[in-house]
Amino acid sequence: MIEVKNINKSFKGEQVLFDISSKFEKGKVNLIIGQSGQGKSVLAKCIVGLHEIDGGGQILFDGNDFTSMNGDDKTAIRQQIGMLFQGAALFDSLTVEENVMFPLTMFTNMTKKEMKIRADFCLDRVNLHDKNKLFPSECSGGMQKRIGIARAISMNPKYLFCDEPNSGLDPITAIRIDALIKDITYDLGITTIVITHDMNSVIEVGDHILFIYKGKNWWEGDNKTILTTDNPEINNFVYASDFMKEIKANMQAKK
Amino acid sequence: MKSLAAIGKYFIMLQIIFRRPKKWSIFWRSFINEIQLIGVNSIPIVILMSSFMGGVIALQTASNMDSPLLPSYTVGYITQSSTILEFSPTIISLILAGKIGSNIASEIGSMRITEQIDALEIMGVNSLNHLILPKIIAAFAFFPVLVIFSMFMSLIGGYITLIVSDLTSTEVYVMGIRSFFEVGNVYYALTKTIVFGFLIVSVSSFFGYYVKGGALDVGRSSTKAVVASSISILIANFLLTQMILL
Repeated sequence: MIEVKNINKSFKGEQVLFDISSKFEKGKVNLIIGQSGQGKSVLAKCIVGLHEIDGGGQILFDGNDFTSMNGDDKTAIRQQIGMLFQGAALFDSLTVEENVMFPLTMFTNMTKKEMKIRADFCLDRVNLHDKNKLFPSECSGGMQKRIGIARAISMNPKYLFCDEPNSGLDPITAIRIDALIKDITYDLGITTIVITHDMNSVIEVGDHILFIYKGKNWWEGDNKTILTTDNPEINNFVYASDFMKEIKANMQAKK
Repeated sequence: MKSLAAIGKYFIMLQIIFRRPKKWSIFWRSFINEIQLIGVNSIPIVILMSSFMGGVIALQTASNMDSPLLPSYTVGYITQSSTILEFSPTIISLILAGKIGSNIASEIGSMRITEQIDALEIMGVNSLNHLILPKIIAAFAFFPVLVIFSMFMSLIGGYITLIVSDLTSTEVYVMGIRSFFEVGNVYYALTKTIVFGFLIVSVSSFFGYYVKGGALDVGRSSTKAVVASSISILIANFLLTQMILL
């Protein structure tokens, strides 16, 4: 479980996160949602330590305070984190297989054969067979995202972060990626945090949803309560399109 | 004030770079790769520049040799001393600052804007050490080789030019090259080269690593990297000459 307590973050005097607290439970797909520019990615980057938080807050990984750890302890926690970046962030100079094997090469004493077996397993998990020798530039956007997931799970992480996993993907591929994240979370029993503003993902995989608005924890719930809440900002977000407005009207008519 | 902050940040970066690599096997693989990229791939431009510059130095010296009091081997001597003392270590380093510096800044800058560096950091990898240390060590190892190569090619260029132009004979040119030859000058040149190689790689890496924004900013940082490493080479050249030769 990951718990954040009183997270504040400013950039050059401008505060972007205001006193955010929340719990992201193990074995659940936790979503951080909100409009663009509200601080979702900043919060995620604070949690994984890419941004230092302002004083006073705490980030707890299974009860261990990440913010007060020394460098070595932070590195140990980071080795338990898998992250899928918005653009996949695959290493251009390495093949698909080498990308997946990279964390293993760096942090384990596995033999090359063992690493290859593990890489094949992870690539199988994301339905990528026989693509080992391709370079990232030879793969489609959806494939790159799946390779990113394979790399993220190669070290058997306890925590998985996905930054807008569906951005730039067609609806079918996006649904596949959502299903994959959900399956991996349930099968491996890991704590997953997904940053998204894709409503389809919210409905499909949102076991726990944190809605960020103007840098604040505005609302928390799940994929069922989000559709029925009377919070105006949530409703503006969820029912932004005419299509969703129509669904809401139908739901209210049925009531 | 901004420049002072950047200099401070540069030295903090160096402190993080010079740490023990996490895995030596990965380090040596990257090192061999960098030898290829930084060193071996620079050989053609070094051959081209050095042979032509050697030819021009020899021709200009020969064309200005009006006084009968000057011995005929002076052309060879001046070609040798200008090549060893200044042309090969400094001018070749300035050329390599353009070629290698822009390459390094754009490579690392692209990794930054595509979040590849963030990916390394999240995995718990010291990205500065992982990306930049092999480049610096490769520069330490291969820049002297390039400069020795440049010295040789420059003297060959001078020789071919003088022989083809019928301005001197092989014996006189070789005698000129051997006259007043000091091994200390070669050491001085190689010392300068190692410092210049370090400056090119570290300064360019600095501009690439801390780039913010998009493709346009990567382009700008590449230009800044070349300008800053060239200026640092010129300053270091002045300081090293003061310290070693005087």
